[in-house]
Amino acid sequence: MCGLCGAFANADHWSQGGDVALVMPAAERMRQAAAANWVLSARGLKLSVWADRFVLRGPTGKSVVVDHLGALWPAADSLGGHVDPLDPVLMARLEDAQ
Amino acid sequence: MTRDLITANVLTGFLGAGKTTLLNRLLSGPDLGDTAVIINEFGDIGLDHLLVEKVDGDIVLLKSGCVCCTVRGDLKDAVLSLFERRARGDIPPFRRLVIETTGLADPAPIIATLAADIMLKYHFAIGNVVTVLDVPNGLHNLQTFEEAARQVALADRIVLTKTDLATADACAALRAAVEAINPAAIVTSGDESGAAARLLTQDIHDLGSRPAEARRWVTSARHGDHRHTSPDRNRHGEIRAVSLTMDRPIAWARFSLWLSLLVHRHGTRILRLKGILDVEGAASPVVVHGVQHLIHPPFHLGDWPCERASLLVVITDGDLGDLQRSFSAFMGMRAEAHVGITTSL
Repeated sequence: MCGLCGAFANADHWSQGGDVALVMPAAERMRQAAAANWVLSARGLKLSVWADRFVLRGPTGKSVVVDHLGALWPAADSLGGHVDPLDPVLMARLEDAQ
Repeated sequence: MTRDLITANVLTGFLGAGKTTLLNRLLSGPDLGDTAVIINEFGDIGLDHLLVEKVDGDIVLLKSGCVCCTVRGDLKDAVLSLFERRARGDIPPFRRLVIETTGLADPAPIIATLAADIMLKYHFAIGNVVTVLDVPNGLHNLQTFEEAARQVALADRIVLTKTDLATADACAALRAAVEAINPAAIVTSGDESGAAARLLTQDIHDLGSRPAEARRWVTSARHGDHRHTSPDRNRHGEIRAVSLTMDRPIAWARFSLWLSLLVHRHGTRILRLKGILDVEGAASPVVVHGVQHLIHPPFHLGDWPCERASLLVVITDGDLGDLQRSFSAFMGMRAEAHVGITTSL
């Protein structure tokens, strides 16, 4: 547990890389948040990096701390940000941005 | 990492397929002498228990019926009980655990219990899922019972039994049917007794077996592409195998974002996922695999089993939509958007 903020240690999740040698985990979290914001922005959500985890803010300003990408999507659902990776509108938006 | 863990195998197959016969044969060999067994049973008498003679001391019978219905309670308790007795020295220090399911079981919740439970996941690694299918009834069961098709879809190894009771054409037809459902699994005949132990001992976690296993995944993904031109080859009822490819390096951030979202939204219909990735900045391929919502921790493979590329085989229950388009769209997106760093809440 972090002595300053009282948060428990971050849970293991495959999205953090497992045995894969990520050059810099902190930088990888930044990249994950950047990619997530492309997807989440259409729903009025924004993901920020907070220490070794993330903070997801909804359109009303409500915030949720998420440990990893596995916890991001349930949190996004709870803030009204339902996203489907197979949604043709989302896919077209991502393709247009390439 | 996983070599310090106890390997847990799931042995499944439809009613009467010959699971216990195969298990008896597996346990009678010297390679699997340090194996504990958990048998799930229907009814009051554990008939299967009486047949598994070699491992009496390590058997825990689940008395409350189907593993799937009670998986998070009974199975977890049974596995933990075995582990604690092993730690106390009450039973020999088994290095492998085999869970034999009922004929009607869906193996996915069993795998999920072992891999996702906060206590079990630090002591057990999921090994091969072995599905037994008898040739005289296999094709009918696949076409009639969803459970039978799901057992095949989730398998790493598929064993065809009772081949002596069927014609060569029937064997070939069943083999073609299971390969269409699950192109990434190895299909063997139950008669190949010399290879029995390898059903369990050779898996993607075994360093010696990894290169061959990865080559097979790549081959199945490429065959999947070919079969796509023939609509029925990769579809079996509602279960289908889809191959996804990307011929340029992919960013781990985008892949992890895409896959985490895909399994969150559609995990109940993703029966199995296997593949190797060409990740930006990584010299060697990265292996990913999973069952439904559960993705195992990725790891590096020593060498490329093929030309550098990302290849995934996804076995789905029903048509999810355009997976390749989604994969390509996420992997290709620009992600230079501003990312805030939160310093306080």
